[in-house]
Amino acid sequence: MFKWLEENTPKLVLAPSFIAVMVFVYGFIAWTAWVSLTRSRLLPKYEIDGFIQYDRLFASPRWDTAFGNLFIFGILFIVIAMILGLLLAILLDQNIRTEGALRTIYLYPMALSMIVTGTAWKWILNPGLGLEATVRGWGFENFTFDWLVNPDMAIYTIVIAAIWQSSGFVMALFLAGLRSVDGEIIKAAQVDGIPTWRVYTAIIIPSMAPIFLSAFIVLSHLAIKSFDLVIALTGGGPGYATDLPATYMYAMAFSRGDIGQAASSAMIMMMVVFTIVVPYLYSELRSKDG
Amino acid sequence: MADYSMHTVRNNNPIGKIALRWGLYVMLGIFAVFYLMPFFVMLTTSLKSLDEIRTGDLISLPREVTLDAWRTAWSGACTGIQCEGMRPYFWNSMLIAIPGVAISTLLGALNGYVVSQWKFRGANIIFSLMLFGCFIPFQVVLLPMARVLGMMGIAGTIPGLIFVHVIYGLGFTTLFFRNYYVSIPSELTKAAKVDGAGFFRIFWSIFLPLSIPIIVVTVIWQFTQIWNDFLFGVSFSQAGTQPVTVALNNIVNSTTGVKEYNVDMAAAIIAALPTLLVYVVAGKYFVRGLTAGSVKG
Repeated sequence: MFKWLEENTPKLVLAPSFIAVMVFVYGFIAWTAWVSLTRSRLLPKYEIDGFIQYDRLFASPRWDTAFGNLFIFGILFIVIAMILGLLLAILLDQNIRTEGALRTIYLYPMALSMIVTGTAWKWILNPGLGLEATVRGWGFENFTFDWLVNPDMAIYTIVIAAIWQSSGFVMALFLAGLRSVDGEIIKAAQVDGIPTWRVYTAIIIPSMAPIFLSAFIVLSHLAIKSFDLVIALTGGGPGYATDLPATYMYAMAFSRGDIGQAASSAMIMMMVVFTIVVPYLYSELRSKDG
Repeated sequence: MADYSMHTVRNNNPIGKIALRWGLYVMLGIFAVFYLMPFFVMLTTSLKSLDEIRTGDLISLPREVTLDAWRTAWSGACTGIQCEGMRPYFWNSMLIAIPGVAISTLLGALNGYVVSQWKFRGANIIFSLMLFGCFIPFQVVLLPMARVLGMMGIAGTIPGLIFVHVIYGLGFTTLFFRNYYVSIPSELTKAAKVDGAGFFRIFWSIFLPLSIPIIVVTVIWQFTQIWNDFLFGVSFSQAGTQPVTVALNNIVNSTTGVKEYNVDMAAAIIAALPTLLVYVVAGKYFVRGLTAGSVKG
């Protein structure tokens, strides 16, 4: 008995976590997938009834907006945050004396809750007393910046706030990448008289492909999960102009009492995440074992 | 992040070189202003009176510094019907975060120790399954979790929130420790076994003393995650057990009475203070956690 216990200690230690993950991750995903195929409303029902919830989802104009916003927001956020992060990293890599302080400044928003970020930007962008009023006060009477309350533009305020929060993190990733490029190659290129910008475009940036990939994965993951920021900044409004799948799911689950819609929208979110993350994780884990 | 070799700009024209340096610093300065501006605006707004906010502009310094908004935000602002300020919710978040961090870090250390040093058949698969758990959008577990918490009798309670944070933090904490312990040669464990040391003794006397840096990284990561969480907080709490992020959102979006922007900003800074403090004190470890969480090593 004692010997058995001793031999199996590692398994016994891992077992609770393993069981927890199997139940609370995979079991729960299965539950949500099942319920998304039923006619559940306020209470879950368990009789499978085909893809009715998905039909309802794709027929819903609100979901249409939310899903479309995910792509507008996701693409702009990822592309701009990557460009800005790379630019900051390259600028900081030029033997800057105050680099440490600047890095701290660029990265601190990452330590904040998205609710805090949303609250701050909501105040800055409100047309009545914020940026618009301030610039008008300087004498530019016709200056208008009402994106926060303009249904066509409100989604871009979320992009701005999200970039403010996360671009410093992309910078940190790229800076680490720049510093791991072989210095000898760069020196050799400089001795040959190749201009600095060519050294970056031809040698350094192409060698950072894996970092582009990691940054892309993290940012897209952040984009899909974005929920707090929308809630704090626009509350999904005006109307539902800035809804994202995450806020749609939450509204269905907790205020509309429509469990079937909540489950099916959550499943779509998971599929989007998995099409991005699964190939990445698979290749990472494979390269580990091999 | 290790190698900080510099790539210097080569330029033989001294005037052009100086202009280029100046341009560089100006650009870096503009970006610094962009990142600092929102915090600056939050801070100055929180120190102004409402009258001054209505008449003044966003980026002017307060003419008269007042701490009234801070006092209200801490102990008087209304989150819906209750008007107790951020204080009770700040302590709720502490009560959630401290045990949540401690338990998930300890379990992560033990799990990481098993999957890196005591590999058995299937250990890698278990680790991969746990890792995938880090990437799910949590929306997919919200509904069943709400029901299970109810069945366990901890719905809407602080222990319930601790439980949720531990479960969904496990993937990352295990990953951190596993990646750290993988680089410790397995000969060490083997030699200790030959000397008669058991599983826990090796963990306690050899691995834990080596783990200080990764414990710091994990604790900071988990603390930031749990403190800043909103989704679980808003889904699984009720009046009285809400964490600080939910309270902040309620204060800012409460529709009753006059909109007190200065109180909103003071409340936002209060909610941000603990994680900002951690960042300022231990920024190096914070960054390491971020990059370790993304660059799977």
